[in-house]
Amino acid sequence: MSRDAILAKVRDAVSGAGGTERVTAVHERLEEAARATGPGAARHSMAEWPGQFQTALEHQTAAVIRVAKAADIPQAVAGYLSSVGAAATLRAGSDRALASLSWTEAGVSIQPGAATAADAVGLSVALAGIAETGTLVLASSAENPASLAFLPETHIVVIDAARIVGGMEEAFDLVRGAFGRGQMPRALNLISGPSRTGDIGGRIVLGAHGPRRLCVVVVDG
Amino acid sequence: MSAGPRDFKANAATAIADAGLQRALAGLPGGLVAQRTAAVARCPEFEALRDQGRDIRDHTLANLDLYLEQFETNAKHAGSHVHWAATATEACKIIADICAFANAELVVKGKSMVSEEIGLNAHLQRGGLEVVETDLGEYIIQNRGETPSHIIAPAIHLTQADVEADFRRLHDHLQKARVFHDPADLVAEARAILREKFLAADVGITGANFLISETGSSIIVTNEGNGDLTQILPKTHIVVASIEKVVPTLNDAATLLKLLARSATGQDMTAYTTFATGPRRAGDLDGPEACHIVIVDNGRSEMLAGDMREALRCIRCGACMNHCPVYNAIGGHAYGWVYPGPIGAVLTPGLLGLEQAAHLPNASTFCGACETVCPVKIPLVKLMRGWRTAGHECNGGAWPLAAWSFAARRPRLYHGSARFAAAILGAIGRSSGAFHWLPFARGWTRHRDLAAPQGRTFQQLWSETKRGVPR
Repeated sequence: MSRDAILAKVRDAVSGAGGTERVTAVHERLEEAARATGPGAARHSMAEWPGQFQTALEHQTAAVIRVAKAADIPQAVAGYLSSVGAAATLRAGSDRALASLSWTEAGVSIQPGAATAADAVGLSVALAGIAETGTLVLASSAENPASLAFLPETHIVVIDAARIVGGMEEAFDLVRGAFGRGQMPRALNLISGPSRTGDIGGRIVLGAHGPRRLCVVVVDG
Repeated sequence: MSAGPRDFKANAATAIADAGLQRALAGLPGGLVAQRTAAVARCPEFEALRDQGRDIRDHTLANLDLYLEQFETNAKHAGSHVHWAATATEACKIIADICAFANAELVVKGKSMVSEEIGLNAHLQRGGLEVVETDLGEYIIQNRGETPSHIIAPAIHLTQADVEADFRRLHDHLQKARVFHDPADLVAEARAILREKFLAADVGITGANFLISETGSSIIVTNEGNGDLTQILPKTHIVVASIEKVVPTLNDAATLLKLLARSATGQDMTAYTTFATGPRRAGDLDGPEACHIVIVDNGRSEMLAGDMREALRCIRCGACMNHCPVYNAIGGHAYGWVYPGPIGAVLTPGLLGLEQAAHLPNASTFCGACETVCPVKIPLVKLMRGWRTAGHECNGGAWPLAAWSFAARRPRLYHGSARFAAAILGAIGRSSGAFHWLPFARGWTRHRDLAAPQGRTFQQLWSETKRGVPR
C-alpha cells in the first residue's frame, strides 16, 4: 500500500521531534484554529468596512450598488441590467428571501435552478464579504448553486452590509458559524472581481471563462 | 530547444539567440515585478505575513504525516475518495483508472504543475482520452506541444502574434477572414471553444494550491474561473496534489493566500479562490457526483528527510523567477523541466536527481533577489549552493575549482599564489587592461573578458588600509 509506505517515509523524515509531543502540538493547532486571526487584516474600523469593500471591488472593475433595504434590490438589478444592455432574465437558486421580492414589478423574470450554458445572468447571495480585498464569500447549496457564479456572462451578487467583515479570518468565522467547526459547504467560492486573464501578451482581458461582468448589490438596511 | 535539464547550457545559448523569445521576455516578468512591488506597498504587514507563512510551512512539514492523516480523515468524511501515489507512474495509473471507471472520453484540466511533473496528459492520451487544458496559457502551449515556461504564466514566452498564428492553424473550422484586433478577440475565440469542452467533459482534473487538514478541503486559485468550471460541470472531479500542499487550518490558508496573490501577480486576491469539499450534497443542483483526491509523493519524502526540506515550503507564486536575472535572460524552457527559475534549480535536482540537473543550481549569480521576495523565505541561495557542493563532490568537479578549493583552505598558500598570479597577470595584461583569452580559463573568457589585475591583491590592500598606509 503506497499510503502506508508514504506516511512511513514522511514519519521517518520528521521523527526527530518525538512522538506524543508532535501529536499534542498538531491537535492543539487544529483546535485553536477557530480563535486564531492573522495580523492587521482590517486596518479600518468596522464602520468603514462597507466603504472599503466597495472601493476594493470597484478597483477590480466590479460594479457596486448600495440600496437601503432588501425591497429595493429588484429595481437596482433591473437598472444595472438595462445599463449594460443585458436581458432582464435571471437564473437564481431557491433562496427564499430573494424569491419573495417583487421581481415582476421591476420587470425582471427569475428562473430557478442551477445555471445552464444558455443563461446570460446569474444571481447569488453572499454569506460574507471581506472588506480588505473586496472579496465575496459564496457557499454552494440548492439555494445558491455554484454554477451561477461561473457560467453566465453577468454575475450579480446580493450581500447584506452586516455580513461585510474586515479580513479573511473573520469571514471564516462566519463560515464556521453557519456550518459548524471543521465543516464546509461543498464549494466555498471567494470571488474578487470578474473572470480575467493576462495570458496573451500580458494584457488583462475580462471574461476569460467566467463572467465578464460582476455586479454587487449591498443592502444597508 | 532540446528537452531535459542536462542540456541547460545549450538551451540557454539558444534562448539568448532567440529574437522572438527575447521580445516576449522584454516586458513581462518585469511587469509582474512592478505589480508585486505595488501590492506589497499597499500591505504594511507583508513582512510579518512572510514570517508567518514561513512558520506555517515549517510547522506543517515537521508534522506532515499527522496533517496528511488528518486531511485524509476529514476529506473522506466529506465524501471524497483519497488515493496515495508514491511515484509519477502510480499517480498516472490511479487517475487513468478513475477515468476508465467514469467511462470518460473527454477530460478537461485546470492548471496543475504536479500533473506536468508526472506527465499526466501524455499518459491519459496514450490511453485514448482527449485531454484539454483550460487555463488559457496552458491551452496555448498544449496546442504547441510545449511545457509551461513559467509556473503562473505558462505562455509568457509567446507574443500575441504567436498565439494568433496558432489559433488560425488550429481553429481551421472558423472563418479565415476573421480579424483579431487585440488579445480580447483571441480570448473570446478560446472561450467559445473551451466552453463546449467544459460542457461535454466527463472528468475534470485540477491541482490544488493547498489542502486543508481542518476541513478536508482542497483549494484552487484562478483568475479565469476555468478551475471552477472544471470542477463544477463534469460528473467526476479529480484533484491531484503533492504531499507538501497540506496546511493545518483555514486560517493558515488565509495567511498563505494573502502572500500568494500579492507575490504572484500583485493582486490583493486572485479573482477566484475556491474551497472544494467532497462531491455534491443531498439537494445540490450542481457540482461533481464523485470527488477523488490523489496525493502524490514522487520524491518529496526524500527531500523532506534531507538538506533541501526548506524547498518544500514553496507555494508556487513564481516571484523568484520574475526577479531572477538568469530567468529574465533565458526564459523557462531552457531549464528543461517543469519548474524553472531559482525554485526549479533547487526542486529539479531533488525530484529528478542531481545527475540529471547538476547545471541548474549553477544558473544563478547568487544575487539573492529571489530570496528577498520569496513569500515563505526559502533560502534559495543556500539551497542552490548546497546542490553545487553536492554536484562538485559527486562528479569530481572541474580540476581548477578543486585546485582553488585546496588552496583556499590553506591561507598562506592561497595568499602567496594570489600575489604571484596578480603580479604575473598584471605584468602581462596591464597595458591592454583585460584578457580576451587565458589558458585553463576558457569557460570564462569565451563569454567575457577577464579584467587584468592592476597590482596588489585585495588582501594586500586590506592590510595596508588597516595599517593606515596611504594608497
